[in-house]
Amino acid sequence: MKYVDEFRDGELARVLAGRLARAVEPGRRYNFMEFCGGHTHAISRYGVTDLLPKSVNMVHGPGCPVCVLPIGRIDNAIALALERGVTLCTYADTMRVPASGRTSLLKAKAAGADVRMVYSAADALRIARENPAQEVVFLAIGFETTTPPTAIVILEAERQGLENFFVFCNHVLTPAAISNILESPQVRDIGTVPLDGFVGPAHVSCVIGSAPYEYFAEEYAKPVVIAGFEPLDVMQAVLMLVRQVNEGRHEVENEFSRAVTRDGNARAKALVAEVFELRRSFEWRGLGEVPYSALRIKSRYGRFDAERRYDIVYRSVADNKACECGAILRGAKTPKDCKLFGTVCTPENPIGSCMVSSEGACAAWYSYGRFRDEEAAA
Amino acid sequence: MCLAIPALVVQRFERDDALIDLGGVRKRVSLALVPDAAEGDYVIVHAGYAISKLEPEEAAKTLALFAAIDEAPA
Repeated sequence: MKYVDEFRDGELARVLAGRLARAVEPGRRYNFMEFCGGHTHAISRYGVTDLLPKSVNMVHGPGCPVCVLPIGRIDNAIALALERGVTLCTYADTMRVPASGRTSLLKAKAAGADVRMVYSAADALRIARENPAQEVVFLAIGFETTTPPTAIVILEAERQGLENFFVFCNHVLTPAAISNILESPQVRDIGTVPLDGFVGPAHVSCVIGSAPYEYFAEEYAKPVVIAGFEPLDVMQAVLMLVRQVNEGRHEVENEFSRAVTRDGNARAKALVAEVFELRRSFEWRGLGEVPYSALRIKSRYGRFDAERRYDIVYRSVADNKACECGAILRGAKTPKDCKLFGTVCTPENPIGSCMVSSEGACAAWYSYGRFRDEEAAA
Repeated sequence: MCLAIPALVVQRFERDDALIDLGGVRKRVSLALVPDAAEGDYVIVHAGYAISKLEPEEAAKTLALFAAIDEAPA
C-alpha cells in the first residue's frame, strides 16, 4: 500500500538502526517519551525497541484516549443508558473500558441497555435522525483528531433541527497533558522520570499543526520531533532527537511533513472553536485533575449538551488498587511493573484501561509479546 | 482509535461525501475537513472523517532522507 509499505521497509530500518548506533554518544542515556498510543503500538508491533541502541529508552506517554478516560465518566454514560433509557452511541474501544462495580458499556448492553458501537460521529447522528422518538446520546471521546467530527455533527444536528440528539463531550487536549507531565514532580524535581525529548503526535498534529509544541521546546528546553505512525518514521524521529540532544538544541522538528504543517488544519480548528470552549479542569485517569485540559460544548449549542439535558453529575472513582495504569500513563512505570499484567489483566479480560485499547501500553506489550523479550534479556 | 492508515480518494460525491480505498477495502467517508482533496489524492482518515491530505513531494523527501548514503565516518 502506498505511504505504508515504503515506511515499513526492513532494509531501510537496518540502515536507520546503523545510523542511530553511530549517532549516540558513549556514556550518555537518552530518554524519550512517545506521547501517542499510536507510536507505542508501532514500537511494540514492529519491534522498534530491538533496533534502537541500548542507551535509548522509550517512555510510553498518556496519548491513548480510551486509557485516560476516568471511570466516573464511563459510569455517567452507563447510567444514561440504563437509567435514562437513551440510545448511547460510542466508538468501539470505549465499550470494554472497566467502570465501577465490574461493569462496562458492553455489560450494560448485555443487561438490556441500548448501547451502539459506531464507526463515526456521523453514524450517531444518522441513528438520531432515523429514530426521532428516541433520545440518542453520542459519547464523544478522544484527542484533537476526533473533536472536529463531533463539532460537525453538532452543527449538522442544528441545521437539520434535530431535537433528540445529544453529545456527552469528553474531548481532551494534548498540549495540556504534555504540560502536566513536564510539570509533574517525577519529571521536574525527583527525576524518577528523566525525559530528554518527545516524539510528537502524528494525527493530532495534522489537526493542530506543529506550532503548539514550540512553547514546550522553548519553555522546558525539551526537543520535540513530530513523527508518523510507521516504524521508519519513529526511528527517524528518534535519530533526530538524539542529534538535537547531542548538539544541545531543543527545537520542534517535523518528520511527518507529508501530513503535518506548522498551522495544521484551519477548517478543523475553526469548527472546534465555533462549538467548544475550554473546561476549567478535567480529570484524567493517571494524571488526575488537569487544568484547562478538556473541552465542553458552548452554551450557544447547549441544547445538544447531554450534561445539561440530563443534569449529569461527575463523581471521581478510584482505580482498582492493584492496577498500575495511572503510573504507566505518567511514564513512571512500565506494564511489567504491574502485578496484574498478563495474569488477571489481559486484553480478553482487562482490569485497567491500558489493557483495553490497542493503543494502550499494556495491550501493545501483551499483544506483541514484548514483555517476553525483556524476560529473555534479563 | 488513532491507528488510521492513508486512503486513496476514489470518487467524490455531494456534500463532501467520498468513496475511499484502504488497501482494497472500500468505504464511504466525509471530506468535510479536507474540502480540497480530489480524486486520486491520499488522505488520512479518522473515525469516518479525512483529517489531512498527504503531500507526495514531502513523502518523497522523507523517504530520500531514510535512504541517503551515510557520510563516511570522520
